[in-house]
Order: sequence, then C-alpha cells, then structure tokens
Amino acid sequence: MAEATQLDAPASAEKIAIDGFTEEGENLSPFNEGTVQHGAKKHSHGDAPVIPEASRGERLKSYKLADFAPLNGREEDWRFTPLKRLRGLHNQPLTGTGPTVEVTGATNVLVETVGRDDSRIGSASVPDDRVSAAAWEAFTEATVVTIPVETVADGDVQISINGVDEAPAAQHLIITAERFSKAVVVLDHHGKTTLAQNVEIVVGDGAELTVVSVQEWDDDAVHTSTQQAKIGRNAKFKHVVVSLGGDLVRMTPSSLFTGPGSEVEMYGLYFADAGQHLEQRLLVDHAVPNCKSRVTYKGALQGQDAHTVWVGDVLIRKAAEGTDTYETNRNLLLTDGTRSDSVPNLEIETGLIEGAGHASATGRFDDEHLFYLMARGIDEKTARRLVVRGFLNEVIQQIKVPALEERLTDAVERELAAGNI
Amino acid sequence: MSTLEIKDLHVSIETEQGARKQILKGVSLTINTGESHAIMGPNGSGKSTLASTIAGHPRYLVDSGSITLDGEDVLDMSVDERARAGLFLAMQYPVEVPGVTMTNFLRTAKTALDGKAPSLRHWTKDVKEAMSQLRIDADFAQRNVNEGFSGGEKKRVEILQLELFKPRFAILDETDSGLDVDALKVVSEGVNREHSKGGMGTLLITHYTRILRYIKPDFVHVFVDGRIAEQGGPELADRLEAEGYDRFGTPAAASVDAPAGA
Ligand SMILES: Nc1ncnc2c1ncn2[C@@H]1O[C@H](COP(=O)(O)OP(=O)(O)OP(=O)(O)O)[C@@H](O)[C@H]1O
Ligand SMILES: [Mg+2]
Repeated sequence: MAEATQLDAPASAEKIAIDGFTEEGENLSPFNEGTVQHGAKKHSHGDAPVIPEASRGERLKSYKLADFAPLNGREEDWRFTPLKRLRGLHNQPLTGTGPTVEVTGATNVLVETVGRDDSRIGSASVPDDRVSAAAWEAFTEATVVTIPVETVADGDVQISINGVDEAPAAQHLIITAERFSKAVVVLDHHGKTTLAQNVEIVVGDGAELTVVSVQEWDDDAVHTSTQQAKIGRNAKFKHVVVSLGGDLVRMTPSSLFTGPGSEVEMYGLYFADAGQHLEQRLLVDHAVPNCKSRVTYKGALQGQDAHTVWVGDVLIRKAAEGTDTYETNRNLLLTDGTRSDSVPNLEIETGLIEGAGHASATGRFDDEHLFYLMARGIDEKTARRLVVRGFLNEVIQQIKVPALEERLTDAVERELAAGNI
Repeated sequence: MSTLEIKDLHVSIETEQGARKQILKGVSLTINTGESHAIMGPNGSGKSTLASTIAGHPRYLVDSGSITLDGEDVLDMSVDERARAGLFLAMQYPVEVPGVTMTNFLRTAKTALDGKAPSLRHWTKDVKEAMSQLRIDADFAQRNVNEGFSGGEKKRVEILQLELFKPRFAILDETDSGLDVDALKVVSEGVNREHSKGGMGTLLITHYTRILRYIKPDFVHVFVDGRIAEQGGPELADRLEAEGYDRFGTPAAASVDAPAGA
C-alpha cells in the first residue's frame, strides 16, 4: 500500500548526476503535482483553477495584512480549507479576547506577558498567509517563555490555552530556547474558540527544544496556528502536532535552518471524526548546509466527511549542500465517506545532498482486516481499536520523549472512546 | 473428543452483478479431534468456500444445512465466537493488517481466545520458541501483521498462530502452496507437533500430494463442483495423483500436478 520515492545522492563533492535534474537543481515536478486524493467524496472546490506557486521559497511573507489579497479558496495554500468554516478568521476583525494562557511546570524558565512593542516580537516569524498576518496585526499582548542560556528546564513547560467563547480572536506566543538550553514545552488547547494564533519559536545555537502542540478543543472550535521555528547552529528541534478535537484545525508549522549542523524532527498525529477538518501544512526550509530533517505524520479518519489534509513542503536551497531529509505521511481510512489529501513536495536546488525522499500512503481498514482479526477470536470493537491505536502509537513511540508518551497515548485513548472506537 | 459436523451444506455468494451463485451443493463431512482429513479437488470446486463458511466469512451465505461443534450451532456464532469455540482457519491468502504488530496481535488474540491475558514470561518464551521452530526471523515480531511478508512467510505465520492458539479444529486452506520443499517440511512439522498432541482435528485443503507425505491423512475427500464426489483413505490421494480428476467428468477437472521432485 505504500508508494515511496527516494533520491539518494552520494555524499561526494563530485558533481553527480541524478535523474531529472542538473547541478543547478530543478523543481521535481512529479512531486509537486503529487496530490493524492482518497475517499468517497469529491473535492468541493470542483474544477476551479488553483493559483500556481512557482516555488515554496518565494511565497509572500509580510507583517502587513494589506499585503495579502483577500482569500477566495483557490490559492495553492488554501485550496483544501473550507473558508466558510473559518468563522471569519480570514475576513473579520479579530477583536475577541481569545483563550486564556497559563504557564506552569518548570520553575527555572522565564515567563512574561509583554506588549506589541517588545523587541522580541518578530524574532522568529514572518507571517506567510493572510490569516497569520491578520493575527499579527490584531494581537495586543504576547506570552513569552524563555529558557535561559545553558539552562536545562527542571520539568516540562506546560502552556494551557483555554477558550471560553467564539468571538474571532488573535493570539501570540514566543518560545525561546537560548543557546545550550534544553526543554520540552507543551501547548495544550482546550475549550471553545475561533482563534488565529502565531507561535514564534527560537532555537538557539546548541539548544535542544521540543515543542508539542495538542489540540483537544471542543467539537465546534476553529483554530489556525502558524508555528515558525528559527533554528541556530548545531541545535536540535522536535516539533509535534497532535490534532484531535475541533471543527476546523489548520496547523502550519515550519522549521527554518539558519546555521549548519542542526537536526529537526517534525511529527504529527491526527484523528478526524465525522465532519471534522484537520489540516497540516508544514515547511522545512533547508537554507544552510549540513542539516538533517525527518518528518512523520500519521492520521486516522472515520465518519461521514471527516477530512484531513497533509502538505509537506521541503525546500533544499542552493546553499544547503549536505542536506539529509525524509518525510512520510500515512493515513488510515476507517470508514467510507472520509477524505484524506496527502501532498509531499520536495524542491531541490542543489545536487550535492546526502539524501532526500518522501513517502505518502493512504490505506483502508476494511472488512477483510476485520475478518482476519475476528477469525482469531478478537471481537469487532477490540479489532478496530487495535488497528487505530497501533497505527497512531507508531508516531508516539518515535517521538521518544518518555514523559510525553503516556499523555499522548491517553489523548488518543480519549479520542478513541469519544469516537466510539 | 470433539466433533465438527457439517450436514448437507448449501452455500451461495452474491456476485458483483448482484446475482446469487450457488457454490456448495450439499456437503456433509464429520471430523473428530485426533483425525486428519484431506480435501482435494480442482480449482473453483468450492474448497475455500467450505473453509470460509466454517470460519464465518460474511461473503458466504448459507442457504441450508448445518455446521455444529459438539452439537452447538456454529452458524449461529459470530466470527470471533467461532474462533473462541476452537475453530481455526489458516487462510489461503492471509491479509495484511496495517498498524498492528505481530507481537501485539498475537497477545491480543491469545487473550481473547483464553479469556485472560497469558502470563507474560511464558508467553514471550512460547512465541520465541515457536518462531524459531518455524524458522521465522525474530524481527517479524515487530512488523505489522503480514505486511510485506512473502507468500511463504505468510503461510508460516499462519502455522505459528495454529501452534500458539491450539485450536480444536484447524482448517488449512492450501497452506502448502507457494512453499519450497524446505519450508513445506518446516510447516508440516508444525502442524504435526500440534496434531500429535491428540486434541486437534485437521482439515487440510490441497492440490498436491506432496504435503500428504508429511501430514498423513486418515481420510481423503474429493471435491468436485460443490460436492464431495468420493471419499477414501490415503490411497485415494495416490490414485488422484496418477489419474487426475478426469473420471469425475467435470469440465473444470484438470489433472493433479505432479509433486515436486517426483
Ligand atoms: N466474488 C465472487 N464472485 C463470483 N464468483 C466467485 C466469487 N468468489 C468465489 N467465486 C466462485 O466460487 C467458486 C468456488 O470458489 P472457491 O474459492 O471456493 O474454489 P476453490 O476450490 O478453493 O479453488 P482453488 O483451488 O482455486 O482455491 C469458483 O467458481 C469461484 O469462481
Ligand atoms: Mg481455494
């Protein structure tokens, strides 16, 4: 059920020929066109043309909302999102108070609430879509969490974000791991909301930072979140997205390498029930040499009109020699009526890389699987759970942060129970 | 002793076009624990249909007749109940199950079959031992059920389950096809180990007599066009090998393949 493509370039300084591109590099068009669509329902935007994008690296970035044209749903980066269900995030003023933010856990990190004029605003991010820019213009104060130089956080940093109403709102967070610091930061989203969020993440030289964003919103929540990380030299960054609850959740995490020798792991796990739209569009920007990235996202879907989107953009710029990257997305369709879009994009502008590859696969849990398990004595409900749990737990195990494993496993269990699985 | 009794079984399927097609046209067969039965017959004669109907695959619709296990109505049981009652089907084409490791699958099934979780220490040892006897690599334990296994590996894993689950009746649907001589031997030894304990009845479906050199049947049944056309002892298998199914006079009847290395 897997389709995989792998490009392996030997780690040699020699000019090497890889089928399909020159030393100058080239957009690998088969990858860029690789929309994989599964499920019974036709795409709702019909045949309307999608505005093409020359390169992911050339996408507009700006702090000004006015620089972004109003959305019509045909833009490359919005074509899967049902704009009507954004509840005004894309075309209404974001004047709500938004969810509360409470930071607990580690005692040796610095937590501040600052105004718009704080010098650290903008230290990692520049909005690259209209909703992110709208949130940037609208937020009034930001929560800043700083792990000081050479500090190992003495516990997980818990950021509890609790929504109480549905007025469209903006929120701004900054997480800074200063050089040689080490921490795990967990953003927990609960309650009801209509929220456009920007999370800036700075990973200093030699720092090791894990940021986990868990979306366990109420059923009718709407949440967009741009989480951009700027990664220094010889640093390690792990980013984990867990999207379970909410009517529409759209996560756009990115990792920008700014110094050589760094490693990024980006994980995602999502479970969409009937009617839910869970979208994740990520970018890994290899702008400097000798960095490594691994991306693994897995999702399960069940129920009428459960829809998930995964778009994985990996950009290997001309300067990024010695890059090693691999991204994977797997989806499991548990019932008919679900739809999963999976689009890996790999743009390579230099041939002098260690390796670059991707895999995307969508499989069905069908009656034959059920028959096989039941023929071994396992009842139907246990059989379904076994499959979903096993499938999603594979990601949890890979994250390798033991303290998180139990929490995430529990979150998946809650979701299975709620979804009557 | 237990008895699996099939009486005058008529089974049909619904074809893709929505028509109903009769496949089993009155099959009667009685198997006791401790006995070994072989079913041979040409392609399409309904052997897998019989096996799948016993296991309860929803595709097969029973029109009339009965299947009982020590007098209990098997047709009334769900698929998992049948397995818990002691029926085991080693499938002709075992399916790949995404997301579930062999380890997790085996333990969950064993727990369901026994009604309680196996003692972890003994269980791990049993699994390891059974795997090594069947020459299954230890790393298979961490792989997803049947995912990416070769045809022969899938068959070995079916027999691994047979040895670990210890059913009262094992139905082996062409477990021998796709196996080379060495694998055939390893797999047959697995079945014989279990069979020799005396608590299991075996129904072996095959096209070839070569497996019958390792697993000696007490009875041989010839399946033709949804019915048992002839029954006998082990000598019947040899006769089929020499003569084929021609004398049963069906158009589908082809000759039995000569065993490898004959
Ligand atoms: N889905 C289906 N649609 C139509 N006919 C089917 C379907 N499934 C099975 N059959 C038919 O039922 C008949 C019996 O098939 P069955 O698989 O039981 O045969 P078999 O004896 O096991 O054959 P083989 O030796 O090839 O395994 C065949 O004629 C087959 O074509
Ligand atoms: Mg068959």
